[in-house]
Amino acid sequence: MSKSSTIRNDHGARPSSLGSLKEHNREAVSPDLDRLIHERIRLGIVSALAVNRSLTFNELKALLKTTDGNLSVHARRLEEADYILCSKSFDGRLPKTEYRLTAAGRKALERYLNHMEALIRATREG
Amino acid sequence: MAIPGPLRSSPPAPIPIDVRAADHLRYIRETMERAGEFTAVPGWGGVAMGLTALVAAYSASHQHTPQRWLSIWLIEAFVAVAIAAPASATKAHRANAKLLSGPGRKFLLSFAPPIVVGGLLTFALAHAGFHALLPGVWLLLYGAAIVTAGSFSVRVVPIMGLCLMLLGAAALFVPRTMGDLFMALGFGFVQIGFGIWIAQRHGG
Repeated sequence: MSKSSTIRNDHGARPSSLGSLKEHNREAVSPDLDRLIHERIRLGIVSALAVNRSLTFNELKALLKTTDGNLSVHARRLEEADYILCSKSFDGRLPKTEYRLTAAGRKALERYLNHMEALIRATREG
Repeated sequence: MAIPGPLRSSPPAPIPIDVRAADHLRYIRETMERAGEFTAVPGWGGVAMGLTALVAAYSASHQHTPQRWLSIWLIEAFVAVAIAAPASATKAHRANAKLLSGPGRKFLLSFAPPIVVGGLLTFALAHAGFHALLPGVWLLLYGAAIVTAGSFSVRVVPIMGLCLMLLGAAALFVPRTMGDLFMALGFGFVQIGFGIWIAQRHGG
């Protein structure tokens, strides 16, 4: 699990151990959880891109029912972590931003899914 | 290092961790399904099918025997399938989703029964000479197929099916000469209109 690297990607200079402890308390989830896609909007972006080869900024915005600012901030986080790729082009005169999932992003989502399933199994069996 | 958390007052009723994890999983699935809807039903394919239906309606209305009239519409049915199948396959392929998995599979499985019934009724009614009933039966069953299959897709799809069913219900009670008009309205204009809507809003 690449926890430390994703936290570094996610939060820049923040000390990762303290960071994960704080998060750990607040959300009561295990510390090796991928914080980067645990956030709702980011999880939504990754999930939506997992079933579409690419989606435009506006499609994602409509799908996740969020604002321009919110989406671009979260998309940038994912982009910085190399979970998604962003390409900008022009559709006629209108700028068009397109996102697609990278192999690393797909792997991260799979890890996250496994993690959630393991959590459920552990709680219900234990 | 001391962990301050447990000393602080926690929320009154903490949500069990497995419930929360299940909630995350549900969110992922729902997002994937909604995102998949950008790609489910082919919009431009619907427009193309609508256009061929208009040609067929025009041509069918000029046939003098019920057999020739029927064969025009049967040819149109094959043409429509020939358009719809590759159109949805390319759309699913573009979305990186396999046509026969997940939503696409559910769509086909619920689409098929009314269509099979339609085929059987076509044979039986034509055999008994009730050609006048066919437009209504076709519109009703094609509409029903789209309503049931469309319940797994964007909302506009079942609404289109409902429009077709209403036209079909009306078509059962109109004189035979008006059958082709209802076919043109339903398979032609309804499909073209909704096709453009889907193409513009749900990814082609």
